[in-house]
Amino acid sequence: MSERRIDCGDGTFKCRTCAWSPPGDHPVGCGMYLTVKDGKVVNVEGDPDHPITKGRLCVRCLTLPEYMYNEKRILTPLKRDPKDRGKDKWEAISWDEALDIIEERVNYIKANYGAEAIVAFQGTGREATLYKTPLAYAALGTPNSCFPMSGDSCYGPRCSVADFILGAGYPELDYAAYFPDRFDDPRWERPNYIVLWGKDPLFSNPDGFFGHTIIDLMKLGSKLIVVDPRVTWCAAHAEYHLQLRPGTDAALGLGMINVIIQEDLYDHDFVENWCYGFEELKERAAEYPLDKVEEITWVPADLIAEATRAVAAAHPSSWMWGLAIDTNSNGVQAGHCFLILAAILGDLDVPGGVTLAVPASFMGKWRYECAQQLPEGMMDKQITDLVQYRGFQAAHVIAHPDCILDTLESGKPYPLKMAWFYATNGIANTTNAQGKRWFKALEKMEFNVVQDVFMTPTAMGLCDLFLPVTTFAEHDGMVLPHFGRNTHMVMAMNKVVEVGDCKSDLEIDFMVGKRLNPSAWPWDNVADFFTEQLHNGGVDKTFEDLQEEGWFMMPFEYKKYEKGLLRSDGYPGFNTPTGLVELQSSLYADWGEDPLPYFEENKMTPYTPGREDLKENYPLVMITGGRETTSFHSEHRQIPSLRAIMPNPLVQINPETAAKYGIEDGDWVCIENPLGKAIEKAQVTPTVDPRTIHAQHGWWYPEQDAEAPNLNGVWKSNINSLIPHRAIGRIGFGAPFKNVCCKIYKVDGLDAFGTMSPDTEEGAIGTDPAAWDITRDGQEA
Amino acid sequence: MAEYAMLIEYKYCTGCHACEVSCRNEKKMPLTEWGIKINEMGPIKMSNGKWLWDYVPVPSDLCDLCADRLAEGKTAPCVLHCLGACMEIVKVDEIGKALAGKSNKVAVYLP
Repeated sequence: MSERRIDCGDGTFKCRTCAWSPPGDHPVGCGMYLTVKDGKVVNVEGDPDHPITKGRLCVRCLTLPEYMYNEKRILTPLKRDPKDRGKDKWEAISWDEALDIIEERVNYIKANYGAEAIVAFQGTGREATLYKTPLAYAALGTPNSCFPMSGDSCYGPRCSVADFILGAGYPELDYAAYFPDRFDDPRWERPNYIVLWGKDPLFSNPDGFFGHTIIDLMKLGSKLIVVDPRVTWCAAHAEYHLQLRPGTDAALGLGMINVIIQEDLYDHDFVENWCYGFEELKERAAEYPLDKVEEITWVPADLIAEATRAVAAAHPSSWMWGLAIDTNSNGVQAGHCFLILAAILGDLDVPGGVTLAVPASFMGKWRYECAQQLPEGMMDKQITDLVQYRGFQAAHVIAHPDCILDTLESGKPYPLKMAWFYATNGIANTTNAQGKRWFKALEKMEFNVVQDVFMTPTAMGLCDLFLPVTTFAEHDGMVLPHFGRNTHMVMAMNKVVEVGDCKSDLEIDFMVGKRLNPSAWPWDNVADFFTEQLHNGGVDKTFEDLQEEGWFMMPFEYKKYEKGLLRSDGYPGFNTPTGLVELQSSLYADWGEDPLPYFEENKMTPYTPGREDLKENYPLVMITGGRETTSFHSEHRQIPSLRAIMPNPLVQINPETAAKYGIEDGDWVCIENPLGKAIEKAQVTPTVDPRTIHAQHGWWYPEQDAEAPNLNGVWKSNINSLIPHRAIGRIGFGAPFKNVCCKIYKVDGLDAFGTMSPDTEEGAIGTDPAAWDITRDGQEA
Repeated sequence: MAEYAMLIEYKYCTGCHACEVSCRNEKKMPLTEWGIKINEMGPIKMSNGKWLWDYVPVPSDLCDLCADRLAEGKTAPCVLHCLGACMEIVKVDEIGKALAGKSNKVAVYLP
């Protein structure tokens, strides 16, 4: 194993660390050495001893010094008078003054409106995922901790469905991640097929999975089956590519289940001993013969049958589900189908299949336990529609994002007065659907705090206090893959240098917590906290041990359901009400949801029943969110080496479609639907179907005027302006970020419509009767 | 004749740009120069129904396989960081041996 610190002579040294964030990233923990000279990081080099990444690093870590020492980085706390929001009138202050302001403002809000008038938002993926909810519950004292993505459409739906159906944490590809000898471990088998369903892991590196592990497995002989509306690199190199229409995943899944049952291809032993509701499932799946499924999904019936037979015959095979399951109002059903497929083919928790784990561990458990720090009765004030979204509430201890926007706009059931933006540039187009509605609503807040690395449009437009955050090279921390939901190894982030006067997310929690609610924050430093976390997770090590060793792998057992290792009572089986994999859910009916999977169209597509107007005027389907290696959502736009690779926001258009609308490669194009418009640059490519386009997300322009109304051009390519609010599934999950109607036309340039701010004619917030409430009422009427 | 060669098994190159950025960092090159550059074939659906979509990293005249690093027993940063782990530096007289077990898509660069 590698050394923590290597002296190179002449005062230069190299220090080993494992990356989390910032810069934005998921908890993969890529291993590297940072070379330090004269107190500055001057080089980044992969650590070949890291058991997963083996020295490999992507361009975002390779350009870390450009991020750390960027001229646009904020290096000290800043304050600004709320009346100057949108203007570059920030004043540098000390941390003590920043904490004084926070203490005074929070106490004022609590005294006048109650702590529940504070809402804490987070972005996605960064360490904030673990540390924002504790700030809300255990420091600020508000129950309104919120991930503001409509329908909670990132990871939450999949984790919740896994919890409902399997009673387990995140089901992950078995890539021998728990074994120090990796693929040489005799317990491990190579997956014959890997089904990538709505997932492009090479460039998303999702939730703790190192994406290019797929390439490692391809070299060992694993073959790919890709379910994706786009031809990704993996799809082009797959044995089968099922290029479905966006949002029709549940229909495809039911069709495949039907083939497996009708042709008797399932694992009888597993179904008989470990599954609940097989006969009911069989009957439901029979409603989805392949000719019908082809009509819905655009995937040829023969191809579906061939791919299904191939994976059924090649046990063990593995299954990976992606964000497309979440960004779908029918996604709870799509995810249910996906888990059923893995289950009835006997691929759950077997070598070369899908690994399972308990739903929470380490800080992933602690963050939810912080709810106990709220005063009695406070959780009852959390903003979640408990009539419609009891399923959401059953899985989550956070406020419902769509309900929060409704409350921000209406002031009901009570007005919100203060927002804390925790590592989120929410108005840039990543999480918040109809971001302009959020912006206008949040302008009304009395006091807004942001903690981040750069002056984002969200900070410039809305905030009154800016707390500067350290990069992973500047703080100690623990990398927790899958946020504790299937953690194969735990890794140390080691502080190597200091830059400016910045603090880590956890250090900010500590400082704010010790001011506002000291009994919940007893630790003297983060090292003591992490040591306690390790001990609570059953690991007999201190954080200092972890820093010296770099990482350790967690113990793992296959077939935990046979050994009583998935249930807290120690009995064999799954941690569900029936103790079995619930092919038919025993929970859903109580929440007003069908216990069996079904297909239903999303609510604002050209194919939505009753919306011939959309088919006529907005005939294309817009997909968003495909990942690029050069950015983490809205981050990295100011990094020269990365911007040189990806200088402009690209919208992918099929050559046939481009010709039809008179668009050529490189033209600027406006994408428009009833809710709004966005401008991106045409990339004419056959990798999208002629009936769909794919538009990049997360674009803003650090090189442009930062002040309002331009706000770094954040409204110009804001594709989330086209995504409807609250057009989500029945129990509160899944918004159509990858499945809305649009039309496209050529425009003169990125600036063709000016700033496109919500207060301009071209940028005005549009409306459409697409929201779930309205659609549901329409159906009932 | 060069002593070392770079084998690039481009079947597994996913176009991640790690080689380009690693090289610039190592050689302190401006953004306008390339020690290695990703080239792209496709994506296009061929008449046999299969997709052609290959990325091929091509070293430039500026590439010396990081001879100074090789002399210290370290490999080139492009090889170390390659996400597809599809590049390796081998002795020229051992190319034949190194090709055993490789796929059909391998390119060789001799500095």
